[in-house]
Amino acid sequence: MFEHYLSLFIRAVFVENMALAFFLGMCTFLAVSKKVETALGLGIAVVVVLTLTVPFNNLMLHQVLDEGALAWTGIAALETVDLRFLGLMVYIGVIAALVQILEMTLDKYVPKLYNALGIFLPLITVNCAILGASLFMVERHYEFGESVVFGFGAGVGWALAIVLLAAIREKLKYSDVPDGLKGLGITFIVVGLMSLGFMSFAGVQL
Amino acid sequence: MAQVKAKSVLFEPIFNNNPIALQILGICSALAITTTMQTTLTMCLAVLFVMTLSNMFVSIIRNHIPSNIRIIVQMTIITSLVIIVDQTLQAVAYDISRQLSVFVGLIITNCIIMGRAEAFAMSNSPGMAALDGIGNAIGYSIVLIFVGVCRELFGSGSLMGVNILTPVTEGGWYQTNGLMLLPPSAFFLIGFFIWALRAWRPAQVEEEQYRIAPNSRTSEAF
Repeated sequence: MFEHYLSLFIRAVFVENMALAFFLGMCTFLAVSKKVETALGLGIAVVVVLTLTVPFNNLMLHQVLDEGALAWTGIAALETVDLRFLGLMVYIGVIAALVQILEMTLDKYVPKLYNALGIFLPLITVNCAILGASLFMVERHYEFGESVVFGFGAGVGWALAIVLLAAIREKLKYSDVPDGLKGLGITFIVVGLMSLGFMSFAGVQL
Repeated sequence: MAQVKAKSVLFEPIFNNNPIALQILGICSALAITTTMQTTLTMCLAVLFVMTLSNMFVSIIRNHIPSNIRIIVQMTIITSLVIIVDQTLQAVAYDISRQLSVFVGLIITNCIIMGRAEAFAMSNSPGMAALDGIGNAIGYSIVLIFVGVCRELFGSGSLMGVNILTPVTEGGWYQTNGLMLLPPSAFFLIGFFIWALRAWRPAQVEEEQYRIAPNSRTSEAF
């Protein structure tokens, strides 16, 4: 069992990296990767939010949305209801609500952490990596335990990628780039090279 | 409010203010589905549909939305439209829907749609907002189609599934470039697209954050 989880984790971090293999969360990935410090803050926020939202959406899927999932209510009319077409709406709602709750909790109990992560949290609601991870969880039929590991792993992978990119961009400031490539253009090419590097993990299997 | 011209609203986003190349919006779900033209075109149509209608609807009710819950209202409109697209695709073109997998759902978090709803539709009339949606969707589609054509043509030697360059495996002469079908090539192609666009329209070149001092001459150093 442990090996299965470990292998899932490694796959989520390296082989199927959210940012570099599936292009998820690209907008924030490119916009907030100018400094290592902010990139790290955002990365940690993404890890936290993903670890919470993916398992929570997993519960929603299995207890509410799936065909026959409402059987536990004991109402005969609900036993055959299939609400999966509402999935998208529910997932995005859960994500928005959880981010909001997380923000308020941090503000109240851990103001220090709130000051560090606060500005990133609202940004994260519309980060496609978050919704993407939940959708992958649905598509691959993960169990609850698997969804916890997958959410955490996907977050770590994304955070790793953005911190690496920020480090490269900090060095890139001193290099002489052709006019048209300055800024966005060269960043894309750097990300392409990083993605090429991450592809070498493709054969890794535990 | 200054009257905005319909023509400029429609055509401005295509090259001058391209959502992907200049506004850095909507890259997220765009790249993963460009390995074949068929999925690319489906995605373009889906985005065109969602963006035009979401812009229009947001604009119609813009005066009734309380500003502190506007994001949720916009999100609900967009999500409903995406569900329509998703369900239609699953019913009509199941194969394509499987290939697009999670990326249809991800149109919701495509920042271009939220971005335009927030930046344009909230302050303009429904007709204009719809035009702005169409314009931005076309600007987005142009980049996607460019990337899609390059990847499918050089990656598997075909366009829309029809062989153009007969690959070696089928007795032709074209050695397919496998890299084109892998994620990195999409990044490179967009990078080059931006380079080409900015070489053509130099006004879009970004300012340097730091100016590098010229090298000191050897004679000055000693």
